[in-house]
Amino acid sequence: MKHTIQALVENKFGVLARVASLFSARGYNISSLAVGETQDPTISCMTIVVSAEDERILEQIKKQLHKLIDVITVIDFTRRDHIDRELLLAKVVKTKESKATIDKLIKAYDLKLTEETGGYCIIEVSAEHHKIKEVLQSLKKFELKELVRTGRIAISK
Amino acid sequence: MKGAKILIESLLKEGVEVIFGYPGGSVIPLFDSLYDSPIKLIVPRHEQAGAHMADGYARSTGKVGVCLATSGPGATNLTTGIATAHMDSVSMVAITGQVKNSLIGNDAFQEADVTGITRSISKHNYLVKDVKDLAYTIKEAFYLASSGRPGPVVIDLPVDVQMQDAKFDYFDKIEIRSYRPSHFGHAGQIKKILKLIYSAKKPVLITGGGIIISGANQELLRFAEKTNIPVTTTFMGLGGFPSTHKLALGMPGMHGTVYANMAITESDLLISVGSRFDDRVTGKLSEFAPKAKIVHIDIDPTSISKNINVDIPVVGDAKTVLEQLIEELDESKLSNLDSWHKNIETWKKKNPLKYSQEKTGKIKPQYVIEEIYNQTKGGAIIVTEVGQHQMWAAQFYKYDYPRSFLSSGGLGTMGYGFPAAIGAKIANSNKEVIVIAGDGSIQMNIQELATLSAYNVNIKIIILNNNYLGMVRQWQELFYDRRYSGTPLKNPDFVKVAEGYGIKGIRVKKPSDVKSAVKEILSSKKPVLADFWIEEEENVFPMVPAGEAINRMIGGMA
Ligand SMILES: Cc1ncc(C[n+]2csc(CCOP(=O)(O)OP(=O)(O)O)c2C)c(N)n1
Repeated sequence: MKHTIQALVENKFGVLARVASLFSARGYNISSLAVGETQDPTISCMTIVVSAEDERILEQIKKQLHKLIDVITVIDFTRRDHIDRELLLAKVVKTKESKATIDKLIKAYDLKLTEETGGYCIIEVSAEHHKIKEVLQSLKKFELKELVRTGRIAISK
Repeated sequence: MKGAKILIESLLKEGVEVIFGYPGGSVIPLFDSLYDSPIKLIVPRHEQAGAHMADGYARSTGKVGVCLATSGPGATNLTTGIATAHMDSVSMVAITGQVKNSLIGNDAFQEADVTGITRSISKHNYLVKDVKDLAYTIKEAFYLASSGRPGPVVIDLPVDVQMQDAKFDYFDKIEIRSYRPSHFGHAGQIKKILKLIYSAKKPVLITGGGIIISGANQELLRFAEKTNIPVTTTFMGLGGFPSTHKLALGMPGMHGTVYANMAITESDLLISVGSRFDDRVTGKLSEFAPKAKIVHIDIDPTSISKNINVDIPVVGDAKTVLEQLIEELDESKLSNLDSWHKNIETWKKKNPLKYSQEKTGKIKPQYVIEEIYNQTKGGAIIVTEVGQHQMWAAQFYKYDYPRSFLSSGGLGTMGYGFPAAIGAKIANSNKEVIVIAGDGSIQMNIQELATLSAYNVNIKIIILNNNYLGMVRQWQELFYDRRYSGTPLKNPDFVKVAEGYGIKGIRVKKPSDVKSAVKEILSSKKPVLADFWIEEEENVFPMVPAGEAINRMIGGMA
């Protein structure tokens, strides 16, 4: 099961490495990690997505996170009402045939066409995880030059 | 004021009296400032030993121990000492020189990523890039090292920062928004614990290093006497409760007493205070205290419910929580524990800690320890290395006072004891400090005989010499068909080695000489190294094989 954990941390160098090594020291794979400043520039927000089968280990990781001196709070979003988003950018090769399908896709999923040149276009999707997955599935029919995704970010309702 | 001077001034503000430091290119400015400061400098012969000395200083006093090393190899040599302190929650500040700011990350000469290397073996660490942050960082480091669950804090200090100028302002208060250790136990939980105590028929206390760290021994004694609950003391907790007290059950776990392990297995209420249910204590988890409700009091939330399911968790300081429990206790509600105590008495009578005198006429190691106890009457600080001798020292000396037994529990570091004893003696010049060492362990930091000699530190070194890496040999004997791979030792003449360093050395080979030898050692005003040739294949019993339930011990069961 995937868990979304948020940690508010001091905005200092070295903090990211501390958090990351907590997971690696236990052989845990972080599915995604997104970091950015908050409204308070001395505080950064880290959203960490991790899959954990054993709740006990997860509980331990949350406590260990909290124990880090630079970590201010830790929130587990898994059982909380929240909104989460991931961002995906895809550079799709444009051909006569693909143009129409791309337009359809854009309509269906409310995507954004960010850039269009002769040879390719860039599609932007900001959505929750399952929708990103669907879009990814649809994009399989195209020739992709590049595809990049951010980690998940989350906010409580 | 220059950075180096700021550091020394800050240390003085923190009350530091001694530094264990080894020089090098990246710390020359610091050593220069130390030169005319009132802080006493002890130079070990190896940085690892310097860190262990700071550790012994800290464990024996409760103050923060300070060690210092140069960048690169100096810093990496410190790491075993830092990790040892981390595992046993010892207050330590380790200062390392670093190459200058502009070279960091360039694979410069004698550069190592110290914050990276020490991240997982320290409570916290810093790289100070700006001299303006230095004083505050030191204040914070001492606060973190000594508060909450203590631990080592590393300060990595580039050499150019040591030479830069800043105004020296020291701070009296520290406020870290993300760090607020809680001392008081939750009042509701306290009530629940007392309820369980009132109804328990077979309660047991299991007390650990937290008792000693928080200075809770008096509170523990009062609590145990008021409630009449028997007390087991873990390896790290030895001295936290008087071993000679009638409620004392001794050490639980792998090499614990039969009666401690039986009591835990049969108990209906287990109250752990400042002990983390280490796997050497619990044995097979599924059969640990199967009938008991479990209460766990610890200042570190990550220690609670880590491997044992706990019925009542309490996050708080051992001393404070015990005070709360005593305060709220209604003695009239306690149930009668007479039959429980009778039970325990039978186990104690049937299965005391014992060893046999007979066989080859060689010295029994347990006898040496007993004799040291008899002659010091428990008043010495005993420091051990790691191995069989460590377990015999835990079993056969009786610890009645906190901070009288220093040993590497969590990491099990061979090479810890001898230098730690030097640190302990420097802090406690009026006390007898005795190292119990194996012939293997002593050789891990034997070069510190030079430090002993140079500073004339009057400690006594007892080598229980069995010509083996005994503890590993014991496992090979019991579980690997006596295939002694890598464990026989070809030793130097320890007496000559001692003499080479200007230390008195004696050798003892006969059981009948033990008494007088111990007397001679203890009465010497100078350090002595004593090489006791002991029964070579003596084993530590009782013993719970790894992964077995703690009530299934080999040896010692009647
Ligand atoms: C640095 C280090 N290396 C290896 C070990 C593994 N080890 C644990 S006990 C032991 C044997 C210790 O032998 P000795 O010091 O002679 O003591 P004895 O067991 O014979 O009393 C060894 C090798 C260790 N604990 N620490």
